[in-house]
Amino acid sequence: MPNLQLRNVDKFYGGVHAVKDVSLEVPEGEFIVLVGPSGCGKSTLLRSIAGLEEISSGDIALGGRSIVDLPPRDRNIAMVFQSYALYPYLTVYENIAFGLRARKFSDGDIERQVKWASEMLAIGDYLQRYPRELSGGQRQRVAIGRAIVREADLFLLDEPLSNLDAKLRDGMREEIKRLHKQLKKTFIYVTHDQIEAMTLAERIVLLRDGIVEQQGAPLELFERPKNLFVAGFLGSPSMNFIEVELEEGGAALRLPDGQSLAWTGSLTLAPENGEFIWGVRPEHFSVASGESSDLEALIEVVQPTGSRTFGSFSLAGTHVVAELDARTEVAADRKIALNVDMERTACFDKLTGEAF
Amino acid sequence: MNRGAKGWRLAARLACAVAVAAMFLFPIYWLAAISIKTPEEIFAYPPVWIPSGFRLDGYATLFRDGDAWAVWNSLVTAGVSTVLAMVIGFIAAYSIVRFRTGGDHLAIWIISQRMIPPICVAFPIFLLFVSLRIVDTYTGLIMLYTAFNLPYVIWMMRGFIQEIPLELEQSALVDGLSRWAVLWKVVLPMSRAGFFATAVFTFIFAWNDFLFALILTRSDVITYPVQVTGYFGSQSTFWSKIGAMSMLGVLPMIFVVGTMQRFIVRGFSMGAVKG
Repeated sequence: MPNLQLRNVDKFYGGVHAVKDVSLEVPEGEFIVLVGPSGCGKSTLLRSIAGLEEISSGDIALGGRSIVDLPPRDRNIAMVFQSYALYPYLTVYENIAFGLRARKFSDGDIERQVKWASEMLAIGDYLQRYPRELSGGQRQRVAIGRAIVREADLFLLDEPLSNLDAKLRDGMREEIKRLHKQLKKTFIYVTHDQIEAMTLAERIVLLRDGIVEQQGAPLELFERPKNLFVAGFLGSPSMNFIEVELEEGGAALRLPDGQSLAWTGSLTLAPENGEFIWGVRPEHFSVASGESSDLEALIEVVQPTGSRTFGSFSLAGTHVVAELDARTEVAADRKIALNVDMERTACFDKLTGEAF
Repeated sequence: MNRGAKGWRLAARLACAVAVAAMFLFPIYWLAAISIKTPEEIFAYPPVWIPSGFRLDGYATLFRDGDAWAVWNSLVTAGVSTVLAMVIGFIAAYSIVRFRTGGDHLAIWIISQRMIPPICVAFPIFLLFVSLRIVDTYTGLIMLYTAFNLPYVIWMMRGFIQEIPLELEQSALVDGLSRWAVLWKVVLPMSRAGFFATAVFTFIFAWNDFLFALILTRSDVITYPVQVTGYFGSQSTFWSKIGAMSMLGVLPMIFVVGTMQRFIVRGFSMGAVKG
């Protein structure tokens, strides 16, 4: 199965520059997730690969051959849409067989393929039903079934889980990952949900305003974000950004509310005036157990989730969330002492937002 | 609510339904009755509500004299022009919706053609037909009805096609269909109810046309409304022929509307079938 290459792809809608000079190399069999906020160009990019949008400049190649001038049907790509796009006037069987019929497969082949896909997705019992008689999750399976029956080179999934409720989404996420493992094909998955991106992807491509902000393995982006945007986008609750100042020759850090804590983190390139934005993920906080602690916080709101507890506090106007052990006794309007895992925190330039 | 009140309410509703149905059905009954009455019964006063016998003389005369061909002419012109207008209009509407053919205002411009009083264009068209030598031919009448119905078809189909989720078409394109195949295998089934409802009305417009048929036909392709008027004379009026001919004109309509009823109701109550 061939690999996919995007070279300097640009897309304009009138005066709007939706995709800006995007280059991407996807080796065969990879599960890649395009993620970003609404309007970042992720769906446009996916639809350009499918041939549903014409790119303004650049090139898209599949297996070394440019597919830019090919109509969608000649690209041998399968796609799953957000709305499932099932044909309401066809049964589940015919919906799954649709692409095979379009490609003039024999009835025997169609039957074999539909049977294989429906068994894999556990929808064998619904083949004679119409889409309106199925639940949201079942419809989604049919939509996936329609994509996998064809021997496509590439699978494109455009926010396939966003119409499902939270519980069903968790289950389907696991199934999609299992499906990728079984099929061993290239998946390109678009979502605005960072949890979907983190859990599914072998590689995340994070987009903003049509530009690739950062790409890499999920944990790489999570642990070493390139800038404030990437750091803030991944993680839930998101990373806390605290304006701090290095003092005493770099040995201590002054927080906005005047507290000082010993600085043991590494800064490869210290800012000139010592001021920078300190990125601390909620899970980098922990309740101080012994005598020593890094900072004190007056907890304002406590949100227990069962497995973890989120405590919010503010440092002179800066809202901060700490993720704490569920068994810790934390109450609102009480001061607690916290430690910070300095080595895992991130530092960003106050002006450019880039990580040091 | 007690059972008595419920019964009265039901009876009142039934009575209203019967009254309304009678109001609509009586003219058709009266027409049918005239077509089988004796001349004496037709002119009798007080009126004869129920004909004494089932006389088919009026119908027999129409078939014997060859006048019944007018119904066949109407069927051919209305039928063929409906098929043409639906095919061309459907494709044109798709083009306007999906490719924005003609920009934002083409659809309005097209429907505005329908607002011109037909009589204003009747004589220019007659002169045009004379020069093209297509007066009193199937070709001429079919062309005219097709052209005249196209704006209506395009306008209606445009609305139905707009309702179809774009992703259904895109999914079919990715799955391996050409744009043409998408048109027939996705867009047409999705807008089926609206398509047939529009076709019925298109057929009715052509079927009921009197003005153009009067001006553009003479003897070969005379249609049934023109034929009916021929029985009104200054000396005498052939009521049984008028009744029989009118019934021949009404029956196909009853058949068409009856068989297409579910599409008409669905097409015009829901706007279109949704996914």
